[in-house]
Amino acid sequence: MSANHYDAIIIGAGHNGLIAGAYLARAGKKVVILERRPIVGGAAVTEEIFPGYRFTEFSYVVSLLRPEIIRDLELPRHGLKILPLPSTVTPMDNGDYLASWSDHDQTRREIYRHAPRDAEAADEYSRVMARAAKAIKPVLSLVPPDPSSMSVRDMLGLLKLGKYAKSLSEKELYRIAKLVTQSSADLLNEWFEFDPLKGTKSASGIIGTFLGPHSPGTAYVLLHHYMGEIDGAFRAWGFAKNGTGGVTAAIAASARAIGAEIRTNAAVKQVIVKGGRAAGVALENGDELHAKVVMSAADPKRSFLQFVESKHFPDEFTQQIKNFRVRGSSGKVNIALSELPQFTCLPGESPLHRGAISISPSIDYIERAYDEAKYGQFSKQPYIDMIIPSMIDRDMAPPGHHVMSCFVQYAPYDIDGGWDDAKRDAFGETVISTIERYAPNIRRAIVGKQVITPKDIERIAGITGGNIFHGELLLHQLFFLRPAPQWADFRTPLPGYYFGASGAHPGGGVMGAAGKLAAHEVLKDWR
Amino acid sequence: MLSTLELKRTPFHERTSRLSVTQNWRRWAGHIVLGSYELSLEHEYWAIRDGAALIDVSPLMKYMIEGPDAARLLHKVTTRDILKMPVGQVYYTGWCDDEGKLLDDGTVARMDEQRFRMTSAEPSLRWLAMNAVGLDVKVTEVTDRMAALSLQGPKSRAVLNRCCAEPLDKLKYFRLTNTSIGNIPVSVSRTGYTGDLGFEIWMDAEQALPVWDRLMAAGGDYGITPCGILAMDMARVEAGLFMLDVDYTAATHAWIDGQKSSPLEMGLDWAVNLDKKGYFVGRRALEREKREGSAWKLMGLEIAWEGLERLYADVGLPPQIPAMAVRGSLPVMHEGKQVGYASTSTWSPVLKKYIALAHLQRPHYEPGTSLTMEVTVEHHRRQAPAKVVKLPFYEPAWKKK
Repeated sequence: MSANHYDAIIIGAGHNGLIAGAYLARAGKKVVILERRPIVGGAAVTEEIFPGYRFTEFSYVVSLLRPEIIRDLELPRHGLKILPLPSTVTPMDNGDYLASWSDHDQTRREIYRHAPRDAEAADEYSRVMARAAKAIKPVLSLVPPDPSSMSVRDMLGLLKLGKYAKSLSEKELYRIAKLVTQSSADLLNEWFEFDPLKGTKSASGIIGTFLGPHSPGTAYVLLHHYMGEIDGAFRAWGFAKNGTGGVTAAIAASARAIGAEIRTNAAVKQVIVKGGRAAGVALENGDELHAKVVMSAADPKRSFLQFVESKHFPDEFTQQIKNFRVRGSSGKVNIALSELPQFTCLPGESPLHRGAISISPSIDYIERAYDEAKYGQFSKQPYIDMIIPSMIDRDMAPPGHHVMSCFVQYAPYDIDGGWDDAKRDAFGETVISTIERYAPNIRRAIVGKQVITPKDIERIAGITGGNIFHGELLLHQLFFLRPAPQWADFRTPLPGYYFGASGAHPGGGVMGAAGKLAAHEVLKDWR
Repeated sequence: MLSTLELKRTPFHERTSRLSVTQNWRRWAGHIVLGSYELSLEHEYWAIRDGAALIDVSPLMKYMIEGPDAARLLHKVTTRDILKMPVGQVYYTGWCDDEGKLLDDGTVARMDEQRFRMTSAEPSLRWLAMNAVGLDVKVTEVTDRMAALSLQGPKSRAVLNRCCAEPLDKLKYFRLTNTSIGNIPVSVSRTGYTGDLGFEIWMDAEQALPVWDRLMAAGGDYGITPCGILAMDMARVEAGLFMLDVDYTAATHAWIDGQKSSPLEMGLDWAVNLDKKGYFVGRRALEREKREGSAWKLMGLEIAWEGLERLYADVGLPPQIPAMAVRGSLPVMHEGKQVGYASTSTWSPVLKKYIALAHLQRPHYEPGTSLTMEVTVEHHRRQAPAKVVKLPFYEPAWKKK
């Protein structure tokens, strides 16, 4: 085979593209992974935006990276280290705080301080949620069967699913049915009374969605939070050494070691179609690469509306992809700091600085933040999920200095009048002044900051709409409906063209399941 | 006044006792030291592997061996070539009885032409004195007089450079230097029990607290973390380092021959200098064992996670293993027949593997051999597939750099 001929071409060197490439190379295929940017990682990158200060630019925690991927690709040997992120603290308006730790006794005692009844409920709630997560988890590693299809494969898949559903108790089934339809506010109101507790818990139900805690369907996203807990000692929940760029660097190193080629500065213009099959790609720079199989690990819109001419797809499919909701709703503010932020509620340096810090005083606070976004504004008082990576990994900032990662919601992609520099500055200022209410020294400590709007996510990481999950985790966009009905098995209407990214089952987060499952489907079809 | 019934406290007790949330005290050679400071071992463990961990190792037995025949005594007692040892060098070594079976293991540091410091796990004064008959040498126990701290982790050098009189950039692996921390004379050796970049700091017990304070202050920006011996226990298994009374029994404590271990069986071939000049205790037996091969060897075992997952899936659970080192013997089998046992097993967070130090009979100790190890799954004894590997399990590039 000549230099530009491959068995498989993967478009996009984010974690899913790298994982898919690594698995295909592992099966002996000649693979090239193409990346538009000069660096690999996609939305899982670490960049030194200010000298000495390293930002985990977009995604900032590892939660569900599949243990089998870590194992199969020997990621620890290639430098993957997952450092603990042991706590969450919510500063309160009265100068106190609400904290939770991984230790149950400690957490119960802390909640008891504020709301004795909630303290016991919290324990029971986390057990119930973890059990529901355990029940639903096997579905994540399944290729979704198409319920309308009569093919042997789909029938077997449905049978497997049916068998699995039968293995759950009635109680579990009801609980899951309720969970996938309820709003997080309704669910949490059934359990708790203390506002900061409900606010903080509800936040994990809205991350990456364009929904508020009162919107139905948000309870399901809460479940994702508990999936990581069931991996036991293997648990891959935490902060990756060197940021999430550390995760993709390890996957890239592993892929290269197995024999995959990775090309950066290699933006794909179009998928080449020959005889009704995907046969390669044309790059922006004019080069043409040929392969038996092409897989896109970009978002659904790019994969199906940009890379491939619409004449190769049925209109119905194109329409469904056009309707796939990818509205970005969150931004990031990454801050380089000359000193640790001094939260009024946490004077000095506390172990809680090594965990998450959540601005989520109540469900209403977050719902109000959503209201503004609904009508095309960024939230004036947003939900903010902060971590201080330099407190966890000292290599993220110069000694004594710090970096802070602030995930901010809501910041709608379709802001009134469109995003521009002035709006980005105003958004950044809103975030700083929100934090300042709880940590008065923050402004003084800023050495530099990077404000990222959904538009910037689209521009830099290449995700259409800037949605961190490549498409919202909505009920009508999950499982056999992701990214489109009948095409949830990582295949597409164009033979030889596959799709394996967060826009496919089982969805987003630095999980890697889509890339791995897609690679397996490619291999199943290999002749 | 402390009653003589109480266990001894180390010179750092005043600091360590206040920093520990768990108050999880462990016994070590008649002393109490902290097993852990925090409710979960994770932070202390990762300080060893990614930051700087400060560990009180004062209970180590310490001896000064001085005089014109000091080198000759240690040459005779240990398995290393002490006559060729340069000043400023530290050797790790075991020492044996005349049957070539291990009595103990520790370090020997050459402070001067005629002055050595030796550490051990068990009291060794009597053994040293017995072997010193006819030699011009003085052996003094300094265990209580000398405090010791172990500073381990990739950031340990940066912390020490901030508080030592001279930078330690040139201090090589297993070398020692004399310097000072805040005007307090200390000796610093690039040694440890974690298999990472690390140093041990030796000082007069009277001046222990200010050294601790200096290190903690200098290490603040590097996330220095007081660390107990439980996290160190996980790290030392990853580093393939064994422990007396856990992974082997001192020949003098053994009730039966089967309980004894030779340094060759324990994998210390590299530290048994059979090419050295003259007699040393156990030489003939070790030469014979070298010729004939060892009946068993201490090796690494990696338990296959997929196999473990299957065993747990049978009862509807994800794998549950303790997130700490377990000191308990677990049978190791080959095709249903026991061929050895694991003496310490642990989850390794840095490798994301379940690993064990195992005593394996010939021929089952060859790397790559497939065996099984006992695990208890929901109160039932099962066999998990495992593979024999060379030690250490984990050796970062910066350990010796």
